[in-house]
Amino acid sequence: MARMKLRKLEEYLQGVDGFEKPKILLEQYPTPSHIASCMLFDIQSKYDDLENKLVADLGSGSGMLSIGAFLLGAQFTVGFELDSDAIEIFRNNVADMELPAIDCVQCDVIRDLTIDSWDNVFDTVVMNPPFGTKHNAGMDMRFLESAVRLSNQSIYSLHKTSTRDYISKKTKEWSVTGEVVAKLRYNIDSLYKFHKKSSVDIEVDFWKFDSSNKNI
Amino acid sequence: MKLITYNFLTSKCIRGVKVGYPLKLKIVQKEVVQTDFNPEFITRLLPRLDYPTVHMAAELVDCAEGVPKELGENYAADQDLLQKLHHILLEIDIIEGQLECPETGRIFPITQGIPNMLLNEDEV
Ligand SMILES: C[S@@+](CC[C@H](N)C(=O)[O-])C[C@H]1O[C@@H](n2cnc3c(N)ncnc32)[C@H](O)[C@@H]1O
Repeated sequence: MARMKLRKLEEYLQGVDGFEKPKILLEQYPTPSHIASCMLFDIQSKYDDLENKLVADLGSGSGMLSIGAFLLGAQFTVGFELDSDAIEIFRNNVADMELPAIDCVQCDVIRDLTIDSWDNVFDTVVMNPPFGTKHNAGMDMRFLESAVRLSNQSIYSLHKTSTRDYISKKTKEWSVTGEVVAKLRYNIDSLYKFHKKSSVDIEVDFWKFDSSNKNI
Repeated sequence: MKLITYNFLTSKCIRGVKVGYPLKLKIVQKEVVQTDFNPEFITRLLPRLDYPTVHMAAELVDCAEGVPKELGENYAADQDLLQKLHHILLEIDIIEGQLECPETGRIFPITQGIPNMLLNEDEV
């Protein structure tokens, strides 16, 4: 498959339907199509980590990252998602675009992927994890832990910039190397479908991790 | 759900279950989709799979002809076989059916192509 141009990719991803009734507790907002397309385009063009790869998308939501990975040539992608309503939209998005090489598994990324059956299976893991709220702080770290187990090579993920030092420390403990490859800024509240009050932008890091020497 | 995905699913998360693998697959409806054949991908994938379960699934979907019970050493050079495995693993889509835990009989439904592996709090 000839590689898709960035602009074309973004056009396609703009057509991915978002969450119908987003659940705040699960942090159900889609990655903005502009950010998703730039991220995925870099993952392929700079690091060659999508084309012909086996890819996982943790907390796949309405499918933004899974669909983008497919469009950039991933051989097969599995989205993992907890919520039935999100999965319904994922399924419709994948069916509308007639994409044959994407599966979705309904499960809890934190609870169900810490058993060994998916360990080391995926060449590349992509995710935009829930960052966690006051009640479930550190959700993104638990997603990252699952990602490290599942992957045998590369992980791409978004995390709040305020947690950068903590992530460096934690990944070192797992013998995983990582670097921030882009710094982003966006307004999460405005990404929810029926947002009411406007609020401030937050700073987000786009991380690339290498798990090939992991010890977890 | 493609059979590649099936190959990795287990019911080990259920409390008390030791192996939980392979899940018994019952197919009510399946479809065939078309994806690009990439022999290198299949070759790289095979060592990550449980091959006896690949063969068992192939029999279940009537595609086991020409697929050996055990994988020989030179599978990477056998284009015919790789093509068949590509079809079995990536092109057969289970739309409706169920997965059954071999130890407890717990059923995981497959609805509109998606296996639901979620457990209730009291099962884990
Ligand atoms: C920030 S959204 C990202 C959605 C999508 N990946 C995207 O980029 O547009 C986070 C997703 O994680 C899902 N999620 C939250 N907790 C989860 C868990 N424990 N297991 C699986 N999915 C979860 C939410 O339902 C939501 O779809």
